[in-house]
Amino acid sequence: MSKLVITDLRVTVDTEDGPKEILKGVTLTINEGETHAIMGPNGSGKSTLAYSIAGHPKYTITGGTVTLDGQDVLAMSVDERARAGLFLAMQYPVEVPGVSVSNFLRTAKTAIDGEAPKLRTWVKDVNAALQQLNLDPTFGTRNVNEGFSGGEKKRHEIAQLELLDPKVAVLDETDSGLDIDALKVVSDGVNRFRAREGKGVLLITHYTRILRYIEPDFVHVFVDGKVAESGGKELADQLEAEGYDRYLKPATA
Amino acid sequence: MTVTTDSVRSALEQAPAADRVESHLHPAGSFEVSDHTAPTGREEIWRFTPLKRLKGLHADAEFMRSATSCMWNTPEGVRVEGVSGDEARALRGISGLVPNTLWAARVLAEVPSSLLIDVPADTEVAEPIVVDLDGQDVTVTEAGHVAMRFGAHSKAIVVLNHTGSSTVAAVVEIAVGDGADVSVVSIQDWADDAVHLSHHQARVGRDATYKHTAISFGGDVVRMDANVTYDGPGGSAELLGLYFADAGQHIEHRIFADHTAPRTKSHAVYKGALQGEKAHTVWVGNVLIRKIAEGIETFEENRNLVLTDGCRADSIPNLEIETGEIEGAGHASATARFDDEQLFYLQSRGISEQEAQRLVVHGFFNDLIRKVGVPSIEDRLLTTVEAELAKNVLKDSAFGSGA
Repeated sequence: MSKLVITDLRVTVDTEDGPKEILKGVTLTINEGETHAIMGPNGSGKSTLAYSIAGHPKYTITGGTVTLDGQDVLAMSVDERARAGLFLAMQYPVEVPGVSVSNFLRTAKTAIDGEAPKLRTWVKDVNAALQQLNLDPTFGTRNVNEGFSGGEKKRHEIAQLELLDPKVAVLDETDSGLDIDALKVVSDGVNRFRAREGKGVLLITHYTRILRYIEPDFVHVFVDGKVAESGGKELADQLEAEGYDRYLKPATA
Repeated sequence: MTVTTDSVRSALEQAPAADRVESHLHPAGSFEVSDHTAPTGREEIWRFTPLKRLKGLHADAEFMRSATSCMWNTPEGVRVEGVSGDEARALRGISGLVPNTLWAARVLAEVPSSLLIDVPADTEVAEPIVVDLDGQDVTVTEAGHVAMRFGAHSKAIVVLNHTGSSTVAAVVEIAVGDGADVSVVSIQDWADDAVHLSHHQARVGRDATYKHTAISFGGDVVRMDANVTYDGPGGSAELLGLYFADAGQHIEHRIFADHTAPRTKSHAVYKGALQGEKAHTVWVGNVLIRKIAEGIETFEENRNLVLTDGCRADSIPNLEIETGEIEGAGHASATARFDDEQLFYLQSRGISEQEAQRLVVHGFFNDLIRKVGVPSIEDRLLTTVEAELAKNVLKDSAFGSGA
C-alpha cells in the first residue's frame, strides 16, 4: 500500500521582509498506482511543495498535514522520510565532491533497506540501472553530480529512483533542460517505476511535453500556492492550447 | 566561531616601476645568530603563532640532548645516517636557505649533527625511505637538522613520521637535482602536548619535479614553513597539505613558492578541518614571482571545513608579482561549515545526518589523499580521518538527530 495524503498544507519561507507564505492550503491525495501531474506557472509554489514534502530546512510548515500510509511525514527528519518511502528527484541535484556515485548509491541503499545489499546482485542491479539510462559503467567512479551535464544529473536521479525503489516519487521538473532523446530515456525510467506494484508518482512540470511520454491519471493546475483546478489528462491538453493566462488573470482582478 | 579570510592581503600587488615590492617576502637572511632577534609576536610572520606555547623554541630555549628516538630504513643505493663535524657543517644551507629567523639560525649554528639522506644521481628508489621520529620527553627542548640530497635524475620518496611527545625545532633542507623526481612527506601525528616548529626549505633543480606533503593531526602547537626556490628553468613544485585541528590545537602552515627561475611551476592545495573549542588553524600561502621568472605558472588553494562552534581558521593567500610575463597565477581560499544542500541531498536518500556528514568530510579530503601517491600513507590517512570524526561529528550527531 502507498497513499500520500496532503491536507491544507501551508508553508512559509524566511525573506528579508519576514516570513512569506508560499503554499496557501494545498490538498491532494495520491493513491497507490496513480500518477498526478502538477502544472503551473513559474513562482506558483510547485517546487516548494516538492521540497516541503521532502523536508528541506529552508521551508517552515505553518499548517496542514502530510501523511504516507497514515504516518505523519511532517514529524519525520529528512532521512526518515526517505526511509519511510518518499523520494524526491530534484530539479538541481547537488554536487558532493569526493564521494563516488557507487559509494553514494550503496550507502543510500543500505540506509533505506536497513542492511547492506548483497554484493553480487547489487553490482548487477546498478550496472543495469545505469545502462538503461544510457549512463556509462564508469559513471559509478565519478563524484556525485560533479561535472555532470544537465542530462546526466537527471538520468542519475532516475537511476536512484529505480534502485532505491520508494513508495511515492516526487519528480521536480525532471524534464527541464532535457533534449528530446534524454527526455525519452528519463520517461522510460519513470514508466518502469510506475509499472511496479502500488507506486505513486507526483510529477511537477512547467511544460506539457513530458506528459506525452508519462501519461498522468490526474492533472492539477497550481496557481499562487494552491490547486486552482483538477482534472484528467485532457486538462493538460487544454493548458497546452491556452497557457496559464486564464488562471492568472482572476488572481489580479 | 570566527572565520576570517583576509582578502585585502590577497590583492594582486604589482610594481611596474620598481623591481620588487617591500614585504616580508624579501627578508635579509643571515647565518649569524647575532644578526637575529627573538620575535615579539607583532611581526608579520609571527602574528598568528602563540609564542608563549612554544616553550622558548623561537627564542633562547636551550637545545638539549635529544630525547627523540630516530629510526629509519635504508633502501639499496641510498645513504641515510647521522653525520657530524665538518660533514654536518657542509650540509648547512644546501637548499639555499639563509635563515630569516633567530630559531633557524640557531639550529644551523648550534646543532652538532645532521641526519643526511643522500640519493645519488640516476638512482631510482621504489621503496619509500621512512624516518620515524618518536618523541619520548616533552620537557626536553631540542633541535634537529635534516639534509636531503637528491642527485640529478634520481627518483625517491622520503617520509618523516613524527609521533610521541616532543618539543622540537627542526630545519629540513632539500636539494633536488636537475631532472630529479622527489616526494617528501612530513606527518605530524604527535601526542596532544607536542610542540613542533619546523622549516622545510627546498631548492628545485632544472626540469625537476618536487612534491611536498604536510600532514598535521596531533600536537599542541605545530607550525611548519614549507618553502621552495628554483635552481633553473622548468622546475615544478606541488605543495600539498592536510590538517585536522581539535580543541585547543594550533596548527599553522605557511608555504612560500619563490619563483626564482623562468618557466617554473608551483601548485599548492591545503585542506583542513577544525573541531572543538579553540581549535585554530592558519594557512598563509605566499607566492613571489620575481622579475626573472617569466612564463611561470602558479596556483594555490586553501579550503577549511569548520565542523563545530568555537573554531578559528585563518586563510591568507598572498601573491606578489614582479613580472606580468607569466602563463598564469591564481589562488582560491574558502572556509565554510557543512553545506546544508549537500547534507539535504544525502539525507533525502535515506542517509542519516551523521553518515551524511561523514561522507562529506571524507569526500572533502579524498581528492587530496589520492594525490599523496604513497599507498600505505593514503590508507593511514583514511583511518585517521575516521578517528578524528569519531571524536566529534559522529558522537554529537547521535544526540542531535532527535532535535
